[in-house]
Amino acid sequence: MMALETKQHILTVLVENKPGVLARVAGLFARRGFNIFSLAVAPTDDERFSRITVTVDVASAPLEQVIKQLDKLVNVVRIDELAPEAAVERELLLATVTSPPESRSRVVELVGMFEGRILGVGSTEVTVSLDGSPAKVDDFERLLREFGIVALQRTGRVVLPRLDEIND
Amino acid sequence: MKLDGGQALIKSLEMEGVETIFGLPGGAILPVYDPIIDSPIRHILVRHEQGAGHMAEGYAHATGRPGVAMVTSGPGATNIVTPLADAYMDSIPMVVITGQVATSALGTDAFQEADITGITMGVTKHNFLVTEAADIPRTIREAFHIATTGRPGPVLVDIPKDIVDPNNPRSAMDWYWPDTVDLPGYHPVTRGDPAMIRRAAELILASERPVIYAGGGILKARAAEALRALAETCDLSVVTTLMARGAFPDDHPLCLGMPGMHGNYTAVTAMQEADLLIALGSRFDDRVTGKLDGFAPGAKIIHVDIDPAELGKVRRPDAGIAGDCRLVIEDLLVAIAELGGPETQPDRSDWKSKMSGWQETYPVTYEMNEPGELLKPQFVLETLRDSTPDDCIVASGVGQHQMWASQYWRFNHPYTWINSGGLGTMGFAVPAAIGAKVGRPDRMVWAVDGDGCFQMTAQELVTAASERIPVKIAILNNAYLGMVRQWQEMFYDERYSEVYLSPDLPDYKMWAEAMGCIGMRVESPEEVQPAIDKANEIDDRPVVIDFRTDAREKVYPMVPSGKANSEIVVDPALGQGGR
Repeated sequence: MMALETKQHILTVLVENKPGVLARVAGLFARRGFNIFSLAVAPTDDERFSRITVTVDVASAPLEQVIKQLDKLVNVVRIDELAPEAAVERELLLATVTSPPESRSRVVELVGMFEGRILGVGSTEVTVSLDGSPAKVDDFERLLREFGIVALQRTGRVVLPRLDEIND
Repeated sequence: MKLDGGQALIKSLEMEGVETIFGLPGGAILPVYDPIIDSPIRHILVRHEQGAGHMAEGYAHATGRPGVAMVTSGPGATNIVTPLADAYMDSIPMVVITGQVATSALGTDAFQEADITGITMGVTKHNFLVTEAADIPRTIREAFHIATTGRPGPVLVDIPKDIVDPNNPRSAMDWYWPDTVDLPGYHPVTRGDPAMIRRAAELILASERPVIYAGGGILKARAAEALRALAETCDLSVVTTLMARGAFPDDHPLCLGMPGMHGNYTAVTAMQEADLLIALGSRFDDRVTGKLDGFAPGAKIIHVDIDPAELGKVRRPDAGIAGDCRLVIEDLLVAIAELGGPETQPDRSDWKSKMSGWQETYPVTYEMNEPGELLKPQFVLETLRDSTPDDCIVASGVGQHQMWASQYWRFNHPYTWINSGGLGTMGFAVPAAIGAKVGRPDRMVWAVDGDGCFQMTAQELVTAASERIPVKIAILNNAYLGMVRQWQEMFYDERYSEVYLSPDLPDYKMWAEAMGCIGMRVESPEEVQPAIDKANEIDDRPVVIDFRTDAREKVYPMVPSGKANSEIVVDPALGQGGR
């Protein structure tokens, strides 16, 4: 098994688009003591299926066991494992930060440097967004915190295989 | 053909070849009970839904066909959760139909509503909530397919009332029967990987101290004959786990009997000192391995299982083969022949004489009764064993009586031993025996039960009496929750906490008679044989014998919980030579 030193592994799980499937996947993780770091679900281009992108903390259980147990779920069609280096990952962050007029230019500057967006401006607060790699979003979040977070939400990562990986 | 959903459900069960349903009606499932009147399917009306579930399990154990139970919503459904969990742990093919409140009422806390698909997600192989009448035949087809293929298991189908109620337009449907199932995420493996099978053959031919560790998967795969061929071809000794008793004949010279916490000394120690364990349809359960890091320390592992997730779950195999046990063993025999056959094996006579030495020194044993003493439970079991046909089916509950039954019976045929292994469900014996007898009316069926277990599900003897299902029940009545008592005696300084049950409250003989059975009581050794003989002659109603046994008797050998198997404790009568 590759990259055991990486504590997190990403699984993309193609599931049948049926009621309760997310509960089955989440319930399996809870029942068997596997830790989920993040999880994102959305329909795919084929309406019969949805894709769950789950980042697993493999310190909690051997990845092989996580995959094999997931594969036993009747509604799970296919599981792909992606080491972070083999994946294109993106995550979206939304945040409202404290931003009185005197410090607002510094927020605008930070958002500009990260190529984020200003979504709304209030008298003392600003709402911003950023999409990017999880590491970039981490950095952005850390710097944003200096202004004072009013509310913050991240989506968890979504992933596709890196193209040269596919062509191998 | 226009049908309503209820008719379609019963017709679907007929299409699946169902002959018997164990069940109990109620509000939500009512519409499905009407077409049962016109169906050739036999319905057995139980007295508690748990009984229906365990009967379906016993039926499946004895016949290999899926057991079917049908109950209503809410409490009916929750009452069958224990049998579902039991069947899940022991990989029993079973389909449970539950009624549900109407689709429009789902999620409103309606009368007798319970989220049974949510509740049973973790204890079923799969479950379905059907919301359209037109989906019923397809779902039933899928449910039976999932329950019976791959690693077998229980499947629950939840049916809201509106889609089966002929008075509701939502129940109207055009009948069809699907030719195939379309489950894009379900493809159980059957054939093993040839390279791994070859590797396994090499390991067997090179091994000096091999042991076959046969589990319940042998029985599920109908692989008893294949197992015997493998053992005899390569002269391999076989242990049969609690779930595999009967998968290899106890009277075969290569049989070592049961391993594990209450296994015999030879089976436990042979595994411990083996250089190769050939695990076939077994799962390295904690009751077999004892303390894991002390288990079979010098053994390489061949692990064959139909469930790929079992390979490496507990112990990493040197050759892990996902596949059907029967097919893999057959392929393995071919690979062994191709590699030169058993003639190329090392001489194992030292190993074999070591094992037969253990068998002589440490047999499973007990001290016989002195006159005037209370009955020994082991004596009752030996007498019962010797008074019943070789193919008699034995069902047991959970506890001391279960271990003694497994130890002292001689299982020479597959599918003659029915018990609750993984979940350890007290109260399993009576309903499981009834289910087995329904499935195999040609066989004599005895339940060996404890007094604690019997009190949990005895009401199903009313079912057996009214349906004329002549099962026989031997209660080993020691007036205690015996296994818990044994642990309190050995590990809690004889501080007995909440384990005393009383020998005659209830009066088991009168209780049996009140339920329409023949009741007997046996208190002394000389009464044992006549009572069993009398019971064996009765074939028109159930029989219950209350054997008053000695509560001080403990199950030996024993590997104390949390200890390694090398720390096995044998019966004190054998001295402490066994450590």
